[in-house]
Amino acid sequence: MSGIRTDSRTLELIGFALVAALILVVLPLALDIFRLNLVGKYLTYSFVAVGLVLCWGHTGILSLGQGVFFGLGGYCMAAFLKLEASSAANTKIQSTPGIPDFMDWNQITELPFFWVPFKSLSFSLIAVVVVPAIAAFILGAAMFKRRVGGVYFAIITQALAAVLTILIIGQQGYTGGINGITDLRTLLGWDIRPDSAKYILYFVCCVLLLGTMFLARFVIASKLGRILVAIRDQEERVRFSGYDVANFKIFVFCLASAIAALGGAMFTLQVGFMSPSFVGIVPSIEMVIFCAVGGRHSLVGAVIGALVVNWGKTLFSESFPELWLFAMGGLFIGVVLAFPRGLAGLVTDQIVPRLTRLAASRLGSSNSRHAEPSPAPAE
Amino acid sequence: MNNNTDFLLALENVSVSFDGFKAVNELNLYIDKGELRVIIGPNGAGKTTVLDLICGRTRVSEGSIKFKNQEITGYKEQKIVQLGIGRKFQTPTIYQDLTVFENLELSLPRGRNVVGALFWSRTDEIARRVTEVAEMIFLHDDLDRLAETLSHGQKQWLEIGMLLIQDPELLMLDEPVAGMSVSERAKTAELLNEIIKNRSVIVIEHDMKFVESIAHRVTVLHQGKVLAEGDMQSVQANPRVKEVYLGH
Repeated sequence: MSGIRTDSRTLELIGFALVAALILVVLPLALDIFRLNLVGKYLTYSFVAVGLVLCWGHTGILSLGQGVFFGLGGYCMAAFLKLEASSAANTKIQSTPGIPDFMDWNQITELPFFWVPFKSLSFSLIAVVVVPAIAAFILGAAMFKRRVGGVYFAIITQALAAVLTILIIGQQGYTGGINGITDLRTLLGWDIRPDSAKYILYFVCCVLLLGTMFLARFVIASKLGRILVAIRDQEERVRFSGYDVANFKIFVFCLASAIAALGGAMFTLQVGFMSPSFVGIVPSIEMVIFCAVGGRHSLVGAVIGALVVNWGKTLFSESFPELWLFAMGGLFIGVVLAFPRGLAGLVTDQIVPRLTRLAASRLGSSNSRHAEPSPAPAE
Repeated sequence: MNNNTDFLLALENVSVSFDGFKAVNELNLYIDKGELRVIIGPNGAGKTTVLDLICGRTRVSEGSIKFKNQEITGYKEQKIVQLGIGRKFQTPTIYQDLTVFENLELSLPRGRNVVGALFWSRTDEIARRVTEVAEMIFLHDDLDRLAETLSHGQKQWLEIGMLLIQDPELLMLDEPVAGMSVSERAKTAELLNEIIKNRSVIVIEHDMKFVESIAHRVTVLHQGKVLAEGDMQSVQANPRVKEVYLGH
């Protein structure tokens, strides 16, 4: 009956199952903890890619500033961990004990007011999602209500990424500057540095990622998801169907940003620091490339894209460190030219139809051998 | 200023200019409840601009537009739609990447905010309403087809269907038979005669035979002004209209 939709949804569920099996079973069994921790880091970019599938792939809003939200999430997490690591006992050699080391180096003698709430874990966890979402809301409301879209929006998000980087580096007494927030140790007394903790954090990251994938899938499958596609196609027409387009764009942009921020927080936990080099223009554009390579219309594709490109980046830059950026650029151009729907498009448009045809012809030939004279009934 | 009237839609002294060029010039137009009005006129007469003004796509420079005695100038497009004005564009504008069913479902005037859309459930009643409209627009066998695979005429019908399901009190159609085959035209005329019941309709059309088959009252626009108004015969007999259409 409802042909296309059911088929693609079954396919997507199979993809989800394969991703779950890969990251929860295959990779932990196949890799040592050093490599697995790297995979965990790549998976934090998969969060960003999932968000981009929603706002870029489905709604057509290209954001070149997702690093901002990834970074805000990561910094909120890092703020909590840093305060816990800066207990009076740990920092007794400082001129002002009890504040983070970088503040002390910058002659700050008191914890700034906006750092104080990050002493609470529950506040910090809420802030991880809410702070970036508020930032996205302000930007989205300012742009989309005025009907700024397309390339202009992309440029503004890119400018925002530059602004935030400069701000972080410039205000090093409050932010840790270019070095970022380093030397993170414990989460409520639980040491996050040993291998056992890394295993646990890896699995937390996987479960959260699968959770966001299901959340994103719920959004895409709802009527709201179809409205998003309609906005991508015919923004004007959606207004004449009686919808306030700006509100839908703001919603999806905030959601994508909150998801990216979740990735940022998991990054901080697994890698053990956060710095402006994950916030700026270059990482933001890299995140878009992960999504494009995997396939911007497909959640599974985006997750795999982030994994594959980062894996390639690590392998490649271990052997040819200076060539990586060229390889990355070449990859992006190649994907856009050869398969604009990314790896996922390659699977759904090329491989699956071929397999079905192959299976059908096998089935057909065996059928005809058994029942030679009577032609197959129509239908 | 005129006081309130019984008209469903009243445009009074409406002007709009683009860089000094007056596309619509002190236009007065009144539409009754249940009326079917055809607007004709040579190219550049301002026909489409008038529809753009009514539905909020273009801002009025001067004058007032009232719908059910409510001033709607300055309202956003979606607000005007929610008040009960539907608009069909000249070229079929439908959602190519969605199926016919989904196109119609999105156009139902319910669940129009973010939360409503997120927790929307496709009840039997909704499915029934969609099927009902799909039958009217001859697309009930194509509900699961992607809209981009429809023929040009079917796309026009689908867009009309998307308006029907909105159930507007005022329906505005911009060249609904443009690019249609002869048989599609006949079917569309039949469809229009069906859907104009219980609502007011403004149609812009070039095709005179089609206009004759549906018109109640005709307004002729020329250079942003009303040149003539009346039934088809009197308009066709009007010497000024003849001059505008044939004079150059």
